Amino acid sequence: MTTGTGPGTDAATAGYLLRLGDDALIAGHRMAEVVTRAPQLEEDVALANIALDLLGQARPLLTRAGELEGEGRDEDTLAYLRDEPEFRNCLLVELPNTDFAHTIARHLLFSCYARELYAALAASTDDVLAGVAGKAVKELDYHRDHAAQWTVRLGDGTEESAARMAAALDAAWPHVDEMFTADPVISAAAASGAGVDPAGLRPAWDSAVDAVLAEAGLHRPDLPPQAGPGGRGGRHGLHTQSFGFLLAEMQHVHRSHPGAAW
Amino acid sequence: MSGEWPLWEVFVRARRGLSHTHVGSLHAADAGHALHNARDLYTRRQEGVSVWVVPAAAITASAPEDKASFFDPADDKVYRHPTFYEVPEGVDHL
Amino acid sequence: MTLTGTAPAGPRQRFDAMISGEERIEPRDWMPDDYRATLIRQIAQHAHSEIIGMQPEGNWITRAPSLKRKAVLIAKVQDEAGHGLYLYSAAETLGVDRAELLDLLHEGRQRYSSIFNYPTPTWADVGAIGWLVDGAAITNQVPLCRCSYGPYARAMVRICKEESFHQRQGFEILHVLARGTPRQRAMAQDAVDRWYWPSLMMFGPPDSESAHSGKSMAWRIKRYSNDDLRQRFVDIIAEQVRALGLTLPDPDLAWNAERGHYDFGAVDWAEFTAVLKGDGPCNRQRIEHRRAAHADGAWVREAARAHAAKQADRAAAREAAR
Repeated sequence: MTTGTGPGTDAATAGYLLRLGDDALIAGHRMAEVVTRAPQLEEDVALANIALDLLGQARPLLTRAGELEGEGRDEDTLAYLRDEPEFRNCLLVELPNTDFAHTIARHLLFSCYARELYAALAASTDDVLAGVAGKAVKELDYHRDHAAQWTVRLGDGTEESAARMAAALDAAWPHVDEMFTADPVISAAAASGAGVDPAGLRPAWDSAVDAVLAEAGLHRPDLPPQAGPGGRGGRHGLHTQSFGFLLAEMQHVHRSHPGAAW
Repeated sequence: MSGEWPLWEVFVRARRGLSHTHVGSLHAADAGHALHNARDLYTRRQEGVSVWVVPAAAITASAPEDKASFFDPADDKVYRHPTFYEVPEGVDHL
Repeated sequence: MTLTGTAPAGPRQRFDAMISGEERIEPRDWMPDDYRATLIRQIAQHAHSEIIGMQPEGNWITRAPSLKRKAVLIAKVQDEAGHGLYLYSAAETLGVDRAELLDLLHEGRQRYSSIFNYPTPTWADVGAIGWLVDGAAITNQVPLCRCSYGPYARAMVRICKEESFHQRQGFEILHVLARGTPRQRAMAQDAVDRWYWPSLMMFGPPDSESAHSGKSMAWRIKRYSNDDLRQRFVDIIAEQVRALGLTLPDPDLAWNAERGHYDFGAVDWAEFTAVLKGDGPCNRQRIEHRRAAHADGAWVREAARAHAAKQADRAAAREAAR
């Protein structure tokens, strides 16, 4: 396990928390983009709830990452003042809301993963992370249920909705493996007991997703994982093209007023 | 409009020990969907511990015109209320 | 109870007696056609305002300058969707369908508050909307909690309770900006300058020209006149603006000890009329955004319906096979 430079710092766990925090932050940001554009007003309310849960997970995770890093960075410094290559979220969460089916596909695949992850992290040796995970697992239970219901409605709805849902799964599927792939930071956190090895979450994810797809009458896409250049992806700071636009929008005001309080 | 999702009435139990109370309505395609929407719409501020959704079309209501025949006959049955009875001074717990 | 009561009154008399006795009218009660029509028009317009009102602020969700502000803003925009839904739900008790009302909105045949046709070019607009627009809305809405129509009054009770945080978060945003950098302070003042007059217009035309006021007052739908509510609002914000350390763009704003109220300048009713008629800066954009969301969601709503029908058929088939 790598340790940080000062008392109470822990660079490996900080890096791990940054990955979790960035996943939640970007997943929440994408979900919030849909608010005012949902297919029905009730769904605007539902998606806003989900976005708020994700943002509520991201904030303490980023705050804790900053503390363990020991360089004085708080949640806003981390969210607003890092450049694209410093973001460690997996690529799945940054995929754009091409249509409602794409939103739901991303939401399903991610919430099935995050639900298993937080269930395991409730036993983290980092108390803050264990606390966030204990709360998040309940939220993720609901997210997974929400995503599953919509996947079934769209898959088992009309011809058009089934085709759109299948296309959305195809677009998201190549980014599934990345969630379950440990990098050295994740492995170190897993070894220390602060984190978990995501590979171990895969069987539970497979059975949860397969059950939803079966009920929806959809097939598991037969697509290989998408390899980034040199095998690098979001965990290495190499993102999809749309991510730069997301960050530009998210960070613009904060960066335009250096040092200002809000 | 017939093409849209049906209307559901929503009842929320604010906390254990209280009965479910009507809070409003919403539109949803099916019962599971209605339950999700009810949770998201009517319990954002911890207003409830339990939710019922009922298809609005399934509710049979008394008509306001029937108020006289339905409810007024109870007017003169004052003996149903404890205050109707005289209790001698000094008798407690009755 | 006596058996010698008065002759049974007609529905009209019963309705009038309930109104004057401060009783609530409930959905299945007999009511005059124009009472029903007035309520449908007002509740629908109110609901549409909440829904269109999601946009000017929703515009800032992706750009909110801190994660705390982002969370607050999402929750606020979400509340507006919720409030729209409570109100559509109240309108539906009068025998109209939400889908019909939305069609009327999308076709421009029913109105929403003209305030939402102004743009939100800076972050400070989120603060100014919370403080001034929500402040004006609350001033308007509190008396509606006692409106004679039960479902509307109940929706308003819920809405007013939930909205108390909206105005505060707006005030807080402006308060922080006003004490921030010179650029932040200028941004806050500029937003207040742009939203002050439109917020005064939210109370509607002067009493002398208000088309629907008289009847609505008689029916206890409305409790105070437009001008009374406007005055009440000005009296509140004229004090609050001092705590912000900002100014209101009204040279005629001054305490009048004789009246016990603040005097204020003349509202530009020509601007109000123009914006109401569709010539505001964002009228087309707001409706276009709503229409697009509705049209883009059509296949989703259709799919959910189709799935529900299939489920019902399957359940029926299972039942038949038993």
